[in-house]
Amino acid sequence: MTPAPEPGDVLPSLTVPVTRTLIVAGAIASRDYQDVHHDAEAARAKGAPDIFMNILTTNGLVGRYITDRLGPGAVLRKVSIRLGVPNYPGDTLLLTGSINSICADERLAEGAARLAEVAVVGTNSLGRHVTGTVTVALPGTRPAREVS
Amino acid sequence: MRDDLHDLLKTYEGRPAAVSGRGPDPVNVPMIRHWCEAMGDTDPAYAGPGPVAPPTMLQAWTLPGLGGPGGEAAGRTGPYRELMALLDAAGCTAVIATDCEQEYLRPLRPGDVITFDSVIASVSPRKTTRLGAGHFVTTRTEIRANGELAGTHLFRFLKYAPAGRAGDRPARPRPVINRDNAGFWDGIAARKLLLQRCDACGRPRFPWLPGCGDCGSPEWTAVDASGAGTVFSYVVMHHPPFPAFDPPYAVGLIELAEGVRMISNVVGVEPERVRVGMPVVLEFVRVDDDLVLPLFRPAGEEAA
Repeated sequence: MTPAPEPGDVLPSLTVPVTRTLIVAGAIASRDYQDVHHDAEAARAKGAPDIFMNILTTNGLVGRYITDRLGPGAVLRKVSIRLGVPNYPGDTLLLTGSINSICADERLAEGAARLAEVAVVGTNSLGRHVTGTVTVALPGTRPAREVS
Repeated sequence: MRDDLHDLLKTYEGRPAAVSGRGPDPVNVPMIRHWCEAMGDTDPAYAGPGPVAPPTMLQAWTLPGLGGPGGEAAGRTGPYRELMALLDAAGCTAVIATDCEQEYLRPLRPGDVITFDSVIASVSPRKTTRLGAGHFVTTRTEIRANGELAGTHLFRFLKYAPAGRAGDRPARPRPVINRDNAGFWDGIAARKLLLQRCDACGRPRFPWLPGCGDCGSPEWTAVDASGAGTVFSYVVMHHPPFPAFDPPYAVGLIELAEGVRMISNVVGVEPERVRVGMPVVLEFVRVDDDLVLPLFRPAGEEAA
């Protein structure tokens, strides 16, 4: 078992090929039918050189990256992202993260759970695609799945 | 600078963007699976018996997709539609999301019915971006599952006027000027069509080159062409369109009276009337503020 993460820890990176299929599949799976995410001609008419990834897919990939690296059993509590340069087809997104801080989860009365705040940066060939902060409940410090 | 539009846009701050909006579908396994497939997310919490939805799907449950009646605007309030219409009318017709801040208060499970309320949190002054100028709009949404608060979602997008849309035609390509051909473009600026003539063998040449292709001599003298010529060959461009040009147009290989050939447009005649052997004359045409080009038009009675 991997040791519990500590502030300053750097998470292994995740490389995501930005295919046209990923962009379109992500847009449709997120119910986002804005034409710039599936119609290259429409995207060009709006000043972009090609279709580009929608923010919900970036958000989903950031969430996946964190739970892949800290799970299974890690549960997302907050995801805040800001987009920079777009993800166009043919590019590669490199997600990196580091632990900002670890604290007790105030939401649980028993105070047994630990929350990690993770700084995430995703870069592609154009620069920074996404910067963000994710708060995640760490596995093993609380039930893997909340009971309702 | 006073920004009247922004003053008006700001009056929408604090007004509702969605009131008692309802997610088109309850939380369900197929949509969760499609999401996980697209994202490549294999977290076991999202699959198998008793799955929860990936928390980052929060916004997806609220989106109308292609929508039924009302389409994308379904579930949006009058003020929100008015704000979007004002921005559209100001030329800000395109949208790009820039920020998403979500907090997940309770997991979403299949069967949960999603409702939401959203407020227009802020509208920025006009900002210029690489994509075009526009305004950032921020909304804050509370998402409920079976009436219980499940998450909050702050969303910011840029509503902008795309740079380079129809009407802002791109300029024609600029000539590549180097030390070998600078004399030619100096001539054009002075409304002269200059050829080179070899000082050693007397052969005229075009386009400009540092040495004679016949005898190899690097010595030459610029000579002023008469401007008379004939169409040696031509094409009429229909496709592919190039943003700076209006197809169809004729591109001719013009044989000048001096015996050299140059490529240029044949203008002043319908492209389909251009013919091989057609006599043409030089005409300097200013195509934009910074560029004069030597073009050709039919000579004498051929002129349209």
